[in-house]
Amino acid sequence: MKEISFMKAINEAVDEEMKRDPSVFILGEDVGKAWGGAYGDFVGLFDKYGAERVRETPISETAILGGAIGAAATGMRPLAFLYFVDFMGVCGDELINQLQMRYMLGGKIKLPLTITAYIGAGVGAAHQHSKSILGLLMAIPGLKIVVPSIAYDAKGLLKSALREDNPVVFLEHKMLLRLTGQVPEEEYLIPLGKADVKREGSDVTVVAISFMVHRALAAAAKLQQKGISIEVIDPRTLVPLDKQAIIGSVKKTGKLVIMDEEPKTGSAAAEISAIIAEEAFDYLDAPIKRVCAPDTPVPYSTVLEKFWMPDEEALIKAVTEIM
Amino acid sequence: MPIEKEKLIEMYTTMVRIRTFEERALKGFTAGDINVVHLYIGEEATATGACANLRPDDYITSTHRGHGHLIAKGGKTDRMMAELYGKKTGYNKGKGGSMHIADVDIGILGANGIVGAGIPIAGGAALSAKMRGTDQVVICFFGDGAINTSRFHEGVNLASIWKLPVVYVIENNQYAESTPISYAVKIANLADRAAAYGIPGVTVDGNDVLAVYEAVGKAVAKARRGEGPTLVECKTYRYQGHFEGDKQTYKTKSEVEEWKKKDPIPRFRKKLIEMGVLTEKEAREIDQKMQKELDKAVKFTEESPFPAPEETLEDVYA
Repeated sequence: MKEISFMKAINEAVDEEMKRDPSVFILGEDVGKAWGGAYGDFVGLFDKYGAERVRETPISETAILGGAIGAAATGMRPLAFLYFVDFMGVCGDELINQLQMRYMLGGKIKLPLTITAYIGAGVGAAHQHSKSILGLLMAIPGLKIVVPSIAYDAKGLLKSALREDNPVVFLEHKMLLRLTGQVPEEEYLIPLGKADVKREGSDVTVVAISFMVHRALAAAAKLQQKGISIEVIDPRTLVPLDKQAIIGSVKKTGKLVIMDEEPKTGSAAAEISAIIAEEAFDYLDAPIKRVCAPDTPVPYSTVLEKFWMPDEEALIKAVTEIM
Repeated sequence: MPIEKEKLIEMYTTMVRIRTFEERALKGFTAGDINVVHLYIGEEATATGACANLRPDDYITSTHRGHGHLIAKGGKTDRMMAELYGKKTGYNKGKGGSMHIADVDIGILGANGIVGAGIPIAGGAALSAKMRGTDQVVICFFGDGAINTSRFHEGVNLASIWKLPVVYVIENNQYAESTPISYAVKIANLADRAAAYGIPGVTVDGNDVLAVYEAVGKAVAKARRGEGPTLVECKTYRYQGHFEGDKQTYKTKSEVEEWKKKDPIPRFRKKLIEMGVLTEKEAREIDQKMQKELDKAVKFTEESPFPAPEETLEDVYA
């Protein structure tokens, strides 16, 4: 094993897949020699693979995602780097109208493309650079959505995403990029659609998404001191969602809290909560709780942003209410 | 270089095939068997002249008014009609309809219900062709309406800086839905916009199939040599409304009459007869042959089953 950052894990995944498969290439803003991606995801890859496969684009989100679609439909495996997920608003048509090409054409093509983008608040970047829009993305048919929380998952899941024959949205929370974690020396893959139990427990199931996994684990440690045992489930992918892992845990604990950093209305937490209410109601001993952000845009000021983001205290409060 | 006789006859046949198909589609729409259609009648010379320059392995992206492009690229009228009727035997198994009709096997990357959406997709396919080391070319068709969308700017610029093998064919049919192009832009020739991207721009009579063939032919050859994109504007006219049911109050009678005089099919037919390529009789035989082909296509469609309702759930993921 080796200790590397979340970002290095992403870098290694892309590097390994580019080496393995000549049809994998990167296109996006600032991915080239100067920056290697906004936060450095692709550092070194330009020197290794050249301008032909690490394609820096002008600021043209529509041309990036539309271009990725055209390339994927004709035999390439593009990685479209879209910077902040907020910028998907610029290429909203490609996202909601064009990525469904396979279905519209009666299943005759494959679209093997991966979109990577940063999500999340915590760095004081305000509304247009801090959202996660997970619920919004889950509502779009035809996408797969990956939300890793640690370096190990990020690497194994991104390698799988780059081998997928479907559009995958791979989301990197800004607060995770510098966190380090253990990663095997040898190659490994993690399949999409398999949740991971990040902490075993018996009293309450907490489904936490992306960066929220870390806050849930911190809260779980505090709750343990009060004698409350929390099971933290990291779904790792929202589409496909490992429903059985969540249902299995709820069968054991009878209680479910979902921690998701986005406005509660229409969130990923809302969808997961509806699924469990529909499919596992009989195992629940208490109402499902959602620990989310308020239904507001993301504020800028550190004080306001801290209030906006779901935190340990909010999770502890929610758990305590149903104990 | 003179165009071979066979090629000329093939182009005439294609134009008649498109019009006959559209007339039958109109019938199907009127009878209530087809939902939404945007017909290509009057613009046949553009798709035909442009696609006559392509190889089977070249690509096109098409539009909401895409039947003509598909036929010109080699699409089969029976499977097309079946798609319009929502039948299982349609090109898209009834999942796309008129606005998404495509045969991927002959390089068609979709018609598109969103104006201008094919522009970045065409760029991506051209990039793919270049990266895979082929000399495939992409023709990207779009209407005058698309020229004011952001993706025109993003897509053409990117293709220009990367020298992608794509030819943009603007079908300037004078109207974006109900809005005249004379209102929507301040320039007389849309091809002038090419200068902003450092690529050649050329305006041709889109109702003259040979003019289109020649202009697009040069652009295709240039793209195939790896010398980047060209913007070709074809000035033409749509005889039907934007959609079927459009009352077309925005058109004037005299304007329609003027354009009908320039109808690309009788015009080309007359020319071929003058050139001695076809006799009146031979031309009539082609027309009749197309009627028969479409009779068969409609029969095939009517005899085809609808998809099973549960097929709704298939083809979301590979």
